[in-house]
Amino acid sequence: MSSLTIYKRELTSYFAQPTAYAIIVIFLALSMGLTFSFGSFMRVGDASLEWTFFFWHPWIFMLLAPAVGMKLWADEQRTGTIELLGTFPVSTWSAIVGKFLAAATVWLVALLLTFPIVITVNYLGDPDNGAILAGYLGSFLVCCTFLAITMLVSACTRDQVVCLIVSVAICVTMVLCGYDDFTRELAKATSPTAVEAIISFGVWDHFRSLNRGLFRMQDLVWFASFIFVCLLGTSAILSAKRA
Amino acid sequence: MIEVENLTKQFGSKLAVDDLSFIVKKGEVLGFLGPNGAGKSTTMRMITGFLPPTSGDAKVCGISVIDNPMAAKTKVGYLPESAPLYLDMTVIGFLKFCASIRGLAGSDRNDAVERAIETCFLTSVAKQSIDTLSKGYRHRTGLAQALLHDPEVLILDEPTDGLDPNQKYEVRQLIKRLGKDKAILFSTHILEEVDAACTRAVIVDRGRIVADGTPAELHAQSGSGSLTDLFRSLTTRDTEEAA
Repeated sequence: MSSLTIYKRELTSYFAQPTAYAIIVIFLALSMGLTFSFGSFMRVGDASLEWTFFFWHPWIFMLLAPAVGMKLWADEQRTGTIELLGTFPVSTWSAIVGKFLAAATVWLVALLLTFPIVITVNYLGDPDNGAILAGYLGSFLVCCTFLAITMLVSACTRDQVVCLIVSVAICVTMVLCGYDDFTRELAKATSPTAVEAIISFGVWDHFRSLNRGLFRMQDLVWFASFIFVCLLGTSAILSAKRA
Repeated sequence: MIEVENLTKQFGSKLAVDDLSFIVKKGEVLGFLGPNGAGKSTTMRMITGFLPPTSGDAKVCGISVIDNPMAAKTKVGYLPESAPLYLDMTVIGFLKFCASIRGLAGSDRNDAVERAIETCFLTSVAKQSIDTLSKGYRHRTGLAQALLHDPEVLILDEPTDGLDPNQKYEVRQLIKRLGKDKAILFSTHILEEVDAACTRAVIVDRGRIVADGTPAELHAQSGSGSLTDLFRSLTTRDTEEAA
């Protein structure tokens, strides 16, 4: 119940200010731009969106997702409103959940607004819409993972810029780990076990299988547990800061 | 109504609040005096459940803030120092949010918001965004937030700080009026407020109570009849401490 109240407040705040609109417009421009330029959407003639469209999402999210999440706790701590929140009869956990879901909703809206591309491939060809749905789920989960990381970082600092830089750095690392070109180079330098370990930290392994339309339990568990651990960490940091 | 029992707070090696005990009964307005850094805000933050004490306990209406923080928080209205608010909201939007989070809904919520707006003279700015308001209005919005759920206990951290003389007068009158059927603890630097609004006052210095009594008793204790003299003789100046 109190999660819902906080969720509504945060969501209103995103859409009452330019933040959400700016992010959504830039996301749409980038994702469409990349699909039609480097993704060679028209030339490839492939109705599945795996390589032309979804492939670009982690690259965009690693830069833009932290911009949505950075204010979540940093701003509360800078303006002192965390003291209000801390003396309302709500648990830290329900505030965390409410805020996280609000940020995730902004991204859900952004992803839903890419619907014209789905209409286009259905008009031009005969794609597997189940696979496209799985691709969207994969994108959304990658985005939520990055938001959860940002939230964790945001609990540590009252400075939004610091939060943005640190979160982007972590997200970029997670995208590079497990990206083929990067791991190939890495394999030359280190042992296979190290490469295995690094790939498992990256998002590609889990993102790709969903992107191919494959619902693997292990991927869903990986995303869910990663997000959960970040939110739990946020709660731990916020409590530790008060003690 | 408020029972503080051997409350202690240690930040690293610094003892901010040192074994503090006092009681505020219903119908009492307790002025909390002391130099900057004496531990006034820290004490208030512990009573409101924002900071966990190192040792000791505080009870609000008989409910321990340590054993049952959620229930204790519902009994308290709290104005934090410098009245932090969500600047992107309108006054009425903010108050509705605070009322919802305190579990008020429907017409109860609207009535509570309307009453708080009237009590704090906010009618003229109710639909304005908080970041456009002057300090006086912001303070009163913070105060309105603390009164929303008609709490039995009010804790106000420097409620008159930064207000003009007219606004100070109004807030003191309000505190006096509310104090008739509530327990109020408020901190201040302004010694005249002891006579103007308090039924009792304590002076704290370096986390300990150094004087406690009704305004008349304190005047008598000072010898010269001046509270300023009493204050200066009992508390440590920060210049002194450094030497």
